[in-house]
Amino acid sequence: MSLRIVVCVKYVPDATGDRKFADDLTVDRDDVDGLLSELDEYAVEQALQIAEEADDAEVTVLTVGPEDAKDALRKALSMGADKAVHVEDDDLHGTDVMGTSLVLAKAIEKTGYDIVIAGMASTDGTMGVLPAILAERLGVPQVTLLSEVSVEDGVVKGRRDGDTASEQLEASLPAVVSVTDQSGEARYPSFKGIMAAKKKPVESLELDDLDIDADEVGLAGAWTAVDSAAERPARTAGTIVKDEGEGGKQLAEFLAGQKFI
Amino acid sequence: MAEILVYVDHVDGAVRKPTLELLTLARRIGDPVAVALGNGAADTAAVLAEHGAVKVLTADAPEFTEYLVVPKVDALQAAHDSVSAAGSLAAVLVPSSAEGKEIAARLAVRIGSGLITDAVDLEAGDEGPVATQSAFAASFTTKSRVSKGTPVITVKPNSAPVEAAPAAGAVEALAVSFGALATGTKVTARTPRESTGRPELTEAAIVVSGGRGVNGAENFGIIEALADSLGAAVGASRAAVDAGWYPHSNQVGQTGKSVSPQLYIASGISGAIQHRAGMQTSKTIVAINKDAEAPIFDLVDYGVVGDLFDVVPQLTEEVKSRKG
Repeated sequence: MSLRIVVCVKYVPDATGDRKFADDLTVDRDDVDGLLSELDEYAVEQALQIAEEADDAEVTVLTVGPEDAKDALRKALSMGADKAVHVEDDDLHGTDVMGTSLVLAKAIEKTGYDIVIAGMASTDGTMGVLPAILAERLGVPQVTLLSEVSVEDGVVKGRRDGDTASEQLEASLPAVVSVTDQSGEARYPSFKGIMAAKKKPVESLELDDLDIDADEVGLAGAWTAVDSAAERPARTAGTIVKDEGEGGKQLAEFLAGQKFI
Repeated sequence: MAEILVYVDHVDGAVRKPTLELLTLARRIGDPVAVALGNGAADTAAVLAEHGAVKVLTADAPEFTEYLVVPKVDALQAAHDSVSAAGSLAAVLVPSSAEGKEIAARLAVRIGSGLITDAVDLEAGDEGPVATQSAFAASFTTKSRVSKGTPVITVKPNSAPVEAAPAAGAVEALAVSFGALATGTKVTARTPRESTGRPELTEAAIVVSGGRGVNGAENFGIIEALADSLGAAVGASRAAVDAGWYPHSNQVGQTGKSVSPQLYIASGISGAIQHRAGMQTSKTIVAINKDAEAPIFDLVDYGVVGDLFDVVPQLTEEVKSRKG
């Protein structure tokens, strides 16, 4: 039977743009270009490699987000994913990680899966908790933050490099996997891949299709509330000196004045 | 007063500094009840009591080391249930390590609670604890609270001072029954990271980082020498890590570690957004770079435009002689 791989990806505001909050304290998506979260490219790459190793596999890329989020799906399809699922619904505006994970879990169950792969974190919210929450919601093992991953005979294995130790992990499928930027360089879409992506199927789903009520998601359904968001005042201009032979000593003087030495 | 569960990050009974910082924050909103799991759990009690834990719940079982994350979630849930049943539980605080965040996240889903990660400050509010967070590479500061369930909040290292505040710290055994998922992910081998003798990057009060300008693995010695003179941790930019000059475990930035030390010294780092995301909340920022136009200089409290191969060794010598 075919190995079903679902990759969760996110469409995020470009970090090199001027990111800010909208009036309702959600992320302002209008004033800055979006793109596939860089850390998710590593997840797509590992999904494609696992699929290439398997006799028969299908890679589905899944996202929850507004109309523009299709761009993230197209990028993943042009890298080589087989098909895409896009959950889009006006009621999703302002959904927090708990709501997003609920929508993803329902969509994953509807699609069918043996492995779910995600990046280690999104580059906008940077919480890094979604894969663990998905595993909890789906009731399957989490094999997360892997810098190396392989799948063989229904078992996923990987290496997790933590603060104090490096661990080898192992779990039976189905499982939720997340990979770090150390898992392997992500491929660039080829021209052929970009052309082929235009013909690949993108399934659109709404909350109704997933039996989710509008009050379980969105700003109103969020389990957290942002009360304020203030732009950090620009740092007051620091002292900048040109090294003319005494730069190190001058810096030491500054550090001593600040009681660091 | 309401109780606050504090998850204890420790290695064989030695409590790591971020947990002691959490106890300082916990005391602002209630009475800290510490939860220590695994080998050496009971040995943590003395230091936790010294820093304000009114109670220390401990549990040890092979599951905590042999399987990933979930056994610890089962235990924290047992602590949550027991404290909630006995009195009023106002929040669950967990250090923002990679594992800490995963534990907190799974617990939050299970108990139907909202989750806040990477708080850099915490205060009591009318509707529960209010957490300060940094967003978008620290260009914004937000204040948030949990609006459903018992707030589950993870807190970044260096967010509060460690303060002694002696309390009872009575040790109690925590009864844990592991669920079916606890043994889902087996840890088949574990290699402890070799100690460099330097402080852990995310916990260090001072971080000295090198980037593209260091120009080779062999030159990182001068960055390390400066770090050692200051008792600092060593960091590296993505460019330096991708070039293979320094291990990925030391990478500071969006795809590496996020640090928030008292002092951050960037040497030969231009200050791309990727890097800024990981260090912009540092209290004092210093940069040394040949390029006067490098964006890092927009962030600094003190900058030296110059060759790091001249400036860094001179600084190291000066630090050493002043420390004499």
